[in-house]
Amino acid sequence: MLNRRNLRIHIWVFLAPAVLIYTAFMIYPLLDSLWLSVNNSASSVAQSFVGFQNYFTLLMREQWSRPFWNAFRNNILFFVIHMVVQNPVGLFLAALLNMRIRGSWIYRTAIFVPTILSVVIVGFVWKLILNPAWGISRSLLQVIGLGAFDSPWLGLESTALVTLSLISVWQNVGIPMLLFLAALIRIPEELIEAARVDGADTWKIFWRIQLPLILPSVGIVSVLTFVGNFNAFELIYATQGALAGPNFASDILGTFFFRTFFGYQLQPADPYMGSTIAGIMLLIILTGVIIYLYGWHRRIQQVRY
Amino acid sequence: MIHNSRPFKTIAAHTALLLYSALALLPVLLIIFNSFKDRLSIFSQPYAFPTSETFTLDGYRTLYTTARFDLFFVNSFLVTASSLVLILFCSSMAAFALAEYKFRLNALTGLYLAIGIMVPIRLGTVGILRIMVGLHLVNTLWSLILVYTAQGIPLAVFILTAFMRQLPKDLTDAARIDGANEYRIYLLILPLVRPAIGSVLAISMIPIWNDLWFPLILSPGEATKTLVLGAQAFLGEFVNDYNAVLAALTLAILPPVILYLIFARQLVRGITAGAVK
Repeated sequence: MLNRRNLRIHIWVFLAPAVLIYTAFMIYPLLDSLWLSVNNSASSVAQSFVGFQNYFTLLMREQWSRPFWNAFRNNILFFVIHMVVQNPVGLFLAALLNMRIRGSWIYRTAIFVPTILSVVIVGFVWKLILNPAWGISRSLLQVIGLGAFDSPWLGLESTALVTLSLISVWQNVGIPMLLFLAALIRIPEELIEAARVDGADTWKIFWRIQLPLILPSVGIVSVLTFVGNFNAFELIYATQGALAGPNFASDILGTFFFRTFFGYQLQPADPYMGSTIAGIMLLIILTGVIIYLYGWHRRIQQVRY
Repeated sequence: MIHNSRPFKTIAAHTALLLYSALALLPVLLIIFNSFKDRLSIFSQPYAFPTSETFTLDGYRTLYTTARFDLFFVNSFLVTASSLVLILFCSSMAAFALAEYKFRLNALTGLYLAIGIMVPIRLGTVGILRIMVGLHLVNTLWSLILVYTAQGIPLAVFILTAFMRQLPKDLTDAARIDGANEYRIYLLILPLVRPAIGSVLAISMIPIWNDLWFPLILSPGEATKTLVLGAQAFLGEFVNDYNAVLAALTLAILPPVILYLIFARQLVRGITAGAVK
């Protein structure tokens, strides 16, 4: 049988590979970034501790604060569009698939295809389709009688961000769809049947029974959307470039972070300010996760059928 | 919603799902079949299938002569496969320890490893770049493999631990009485959590294969470009050569789609297992 000393060695051997790799390449770099964010080398050649000065610079000084708040505002709009378009559409599709009509797995597979593609590819596919030179979007809109709405959406300051958000919604709708579907399927049929016998119609059953029972999934989908959106980068970079044009209209925190720490064209790389932006992003994401864990997850009863 | 006496509802559902499926697939299909057409018909009849008159492989030829897509493909494959092997190896051992043994730091270790499920590894990029520069791993595939392994471990440990906890304890106790040592017991457990391993593989694979961020920052060199980064660079350069752009997009679309069609079941199970728990 096992003695205690041996057991401790076994536990360490089993845990070591995961804990070491994870600590070295995830936790340590995060802490290192946070440390860099309270240092700077602007005033002297050597790196020195400056406290929260970088954060003040980022939030207050015109040269940094304007692009930062612009990216922050854009990021919020990006998130809001996902919440009001992607998640309800995902729920709607899940409800349709839950009707157990014939061939529903074909629909499910088809709708999920964009989700597995690289964001870069999705970005370029839509860039081509919306490109006036090819004219796909124009001819499609003419077919459904909306030809007048056609314009180079990705190229206009007023529409670029909304268009990109919708492209992202188009790509990612499969995830809320699957999560909502998994929750809907778990609701026992007797519950629905009982409500139907009592005279409830489909609409009422959805609002009074199904939706309340899948609230835990609503929370998970929301927090996943939040974390994913405040960490997004690829779609904007692939379609609009690192400068998130036109005129920074589609700049979000991810692209701003990239330009700052990696440098771009005339802008030199600045690891300190880059880390500072990452620090703010971490704060935003943690705030969202904590609100979810304490404000939602705790209060919602996990239903066991 | 289940036993529909009215066929109207079923037809409405089919119509809605059909329309949405078309919206999901049409852009992708448009790219794929236009990549086999000559330039003139790409523009004049974008919705037509390629015919014997309009069929051409010009785009693919441009690709072949100007960019090393075969090399990029091998890089992506090596990075994805090695990361998945490492993720499985590390995570299954850690999950085994967390599920099998009672020790003081058990819950804390589980929590520590779970931080990475919610906190994106990207936020530590400045630190990661510094480490990779220090280790001389910039522009090597190893930098990507290590980062993706660290990225994949948290969720994999979480899912595998949950699965291993469900196994009956008698099983491992019986093996211990038969004289099996702890490593033998671990190997005995592995095949029993095969469905969970399938799920972990399926959900870890896609973000690794599709990532642009880390290849762009850690391995942008020509010899270490991944398929996504290679496609990105190529697309930026050849923007106006529609044949070549469409061909590059098609080549980048096909591998994940094929893998997806093979692993669809595991993927669906993995996504729901990771989130429901």
